[in-house]
Amino acid sequence: MTSLFIFAPFFLLVIINFPLGFLKGRCAFCLAASLLLAQVLLAAFHPWLFWSAYPDCLRQFFGFPLAVDNLALIMLFVIGIVALVSLLTAQDTLAGEKQKFNFINLLLVALIGMNATVLVTDIFSLYVFIEVTAMASFILIALEKGKFAIEGAFKYLMLSAIASVFMLTSVAFLLLTAGDISFAAVHHVLTNVPGSFFLKLAVGLFLCGLLIKSGVVPFHGWLPDAYSAAPSCVSVLLAGTVTKISGVYILLRLFSSVFTLTPALQNVLLFAGAISIVFAALAALTQDDFKRMLAYSSISQVGYIILALGCGTPLAFVGAVFHFFNHAIFKTLLFVNAASLEKRFGTTDINQLEGLGEKCPVTSVTSLVAMLSTAGIPPLSGFWSKLIIVMALFSKGRFIYAGTALIASIITLAYFLSLERRIFFNKGKPAPAAGGTATQISRGLNPAKNFSGIACAEILLAVFTIAGGLGYAFMLNTWFLPLKAIWH
Amino acid sequence: MSPDLAGLFSYFMIFIILLFICGAYCIAATFNMVRAMIGLELLIKAATLLIILAGYLCGRSALAQAIVITLIVIEIVVMVVAGGIILWAFRHNESIDPRKLSNLKG
Amino acid sequence: MLINLILLFVLLSAAVWTVMTTRLIRSIVGLAFTSAVLAAVIYRLNSPLAAVFELSVCAGLIPVIFITTVSFTHRISKEELPVARKERLVRFRYLPFIIIAAGLVLSWCFKIPQFNLPAAGPKEDVRNIIWYLRHLDLLGQIVILLAGAFGVVVLFKEDK
Repeated sequence: MTSLFIFAPFFLLVIINFPLGFLKGRCAFCLAASLLLAQVLLAAFHPWLFWSAYPDCLRQFFGFPLAVDNLALIMLFVIGIVALVSLLTAQDTLAGEKQKFNFINLLLVALIGMNATVLVTDIFSLYVFIEVTAMASFILIALEKGKFAIEGAFKYLMLSAIASVFMLTSVAFLLLTAGDISFAAVHHVLTNVPGSFFLKLAVGLFLCGLLIKSGVVPFHGWLPDAYSAAPSCVSVLLAGTVTKISGVYILLRLFSSVFTLTPALQNVLLFAGAISIVFAALAALTQDDFKRMLAYSSISQVGYIILALGCGTPLAFVGAVFHFFNHAIFKTLLFVNAASLEKRFGTTDINQLEGLGEKCPVTSVTSLVAMLSTAGIPPLSGFWSKLIIVMALFSKGRFIYAGTALIASIITLAYFLSLERRIFFNKGKPAPAAGGTATQISRGLNPAKNFSGIACAEILLAVFTIAGGLGYAFMLNTWFLPLKAIWH
Repeated sequence: MSPDLAGLFSYFMIFIILLFICGAYCIAATFNMVRAMIGLELLIKAATLLIILAGYLCGRSALAQAIVITLIVIEIVVMVVAGGIILWAFRHNESIDPRKLSNLKG
Repeated sequence: MLINLILLFVLLSAAVWTVMTTRLIRSIVGLAFTSAVLAAVIYRLNSPLAAVFELSVCAGLIPVIFITTVSFTHRISKEELPVARKERLVRFRYLPFIIIAAGLVLSWCFKIPQFNLPAAGPKEDVRNIIWYLRHLDLLGQIVILLAGAFGVVVLFKEDK
């Protein structure tokens, strides 16, 4: 019944677009939210019977070549959580019923794309569903049609399309050398004929495409623009899942079980990871916009995942997936905080927000949790995944890269603490542009309206971050350590 | 690989590489968003030809055709969405010159 | 063999013309012509169904989309045309030289590395492949067309 993960959103999409008035608005929101909740629960408490049970009469229609394993389950869980949070945020931040309805539709399209990306077993189908996800996200970025949003969407579209040309070229070469493009066939050829020039070329091209899609430093130009210009509920979705699934997850999947990781490729990945960690952390120090700073921080954290993948040991792979999971949770939380501030005060400019954080206690506390977790402070979840990554690098003898990872953690702490001090702890000092800020407050702050959805999402994610940190041993043993079996 | 097929492959490959150069040059040198999309189309054309060629050489033309058909459908949707975005960029700037998109810094 | 070569030459010159010409409309027509020639090449590579799609969709529908987009935007006026042409020439004059040089260099020293093709299987039918082997891609096509429909709803409608 794995294909339900693709079909359920698809049918829901058809149902809510049926020309019946009462299904729009509130009802569509409730249906979508319960679907996402069901996905989260199914992925978390996976009854194995569910995955293999197939009534024979359905096999003909639903018997798609899909595969589910531990990695896929973790990804489905992350997708469900982040999409649910994004949906809750959208209810509070988007203006107008029509806009909200369009958002739900496109969210469902993106959900189909991401779920299928996680489950497919064939390189071209993978490409098709990456493109579905990307298409939904272009439209979502441009949803409010503001000037910056349109520009961010165009940049993203252009670079994403160039990345897909790389991937298509790679698909052609794989077809030429393997005669088929399923994961199994490609893996078979790669292990039996390792020296072929065209295979190396194909793997290299695919890697280039994926690095562009995941926004690693030499190719990161589009990412801060797209994240900061998108409506805030969309940046939650983009940062938490869309770019991670359509870039980083595929790297993890392909290099763990399809492509072989040669020493040259390892060096490329390690280098790209280290460069992104350092460069993006330094760039984040200089940002004046909350969302842009978060976007650079996101690039920096993706660098850790790529670095761990490049290390090429099972333990490092576990660390990479664990960090992927943690990063999705806490970066989503930070973007929800940004959405909350933007909604209340009408801006994400740090200078204008100075000293305003005390007016929203929930945002202030949860953002502190998320930032400390990002920087890797001990009891929180981010610490454990970074610890595993650094340990794996040390045990492989990559001391320089391990040191880089440690030092960049301190830079991360620096920029987040300075942000925290300016926005949330700055009580006594009057805001610099008093007049401007006052009008901002009177325009944006709306005490009559409660932001229950955003607050719910913030508390939920903060609980996950803390629980992930305290119960790391349980999570590692049940979810992440079994992943070692996937590695080759 | 027989010498016949190898010859076919090498001269097709040369033209495909030239087509890629054409599209990449168009994207790199233009100041017009529509023209950038045209360059992108040329790149996708080259990739299409490469896939069909690969299918022909390894005797899986049917599979290659199935792939190309899906690819063409995706291509249209990309172009439609890009058209909509370019339209709004024009409404905001009265121009489709990406140099005017200087509001965002990479 | 010779027909293939001629078709490829025409394809490449159409592509170069598409890039070089000043008026956008002509460039779009050039793109359509490139697609049509490509359809012929694809047909000669033993792939008639893909050729039909290339001809009807890429040579027929995509120029329509482009022309719709261009017609909503600002057209270059008669006075601006010579200036624009000159400015473009500065940026685009290198393309033919690059193409000719790259073509000569490639045809001189391009060697296909020796590799083994995978063993050819039995003859397959495209329809079977599409409906029984690649039906997940068909679902992907439906979803992406839906996404395109939402894109039209969101992007092509003017608020207020």
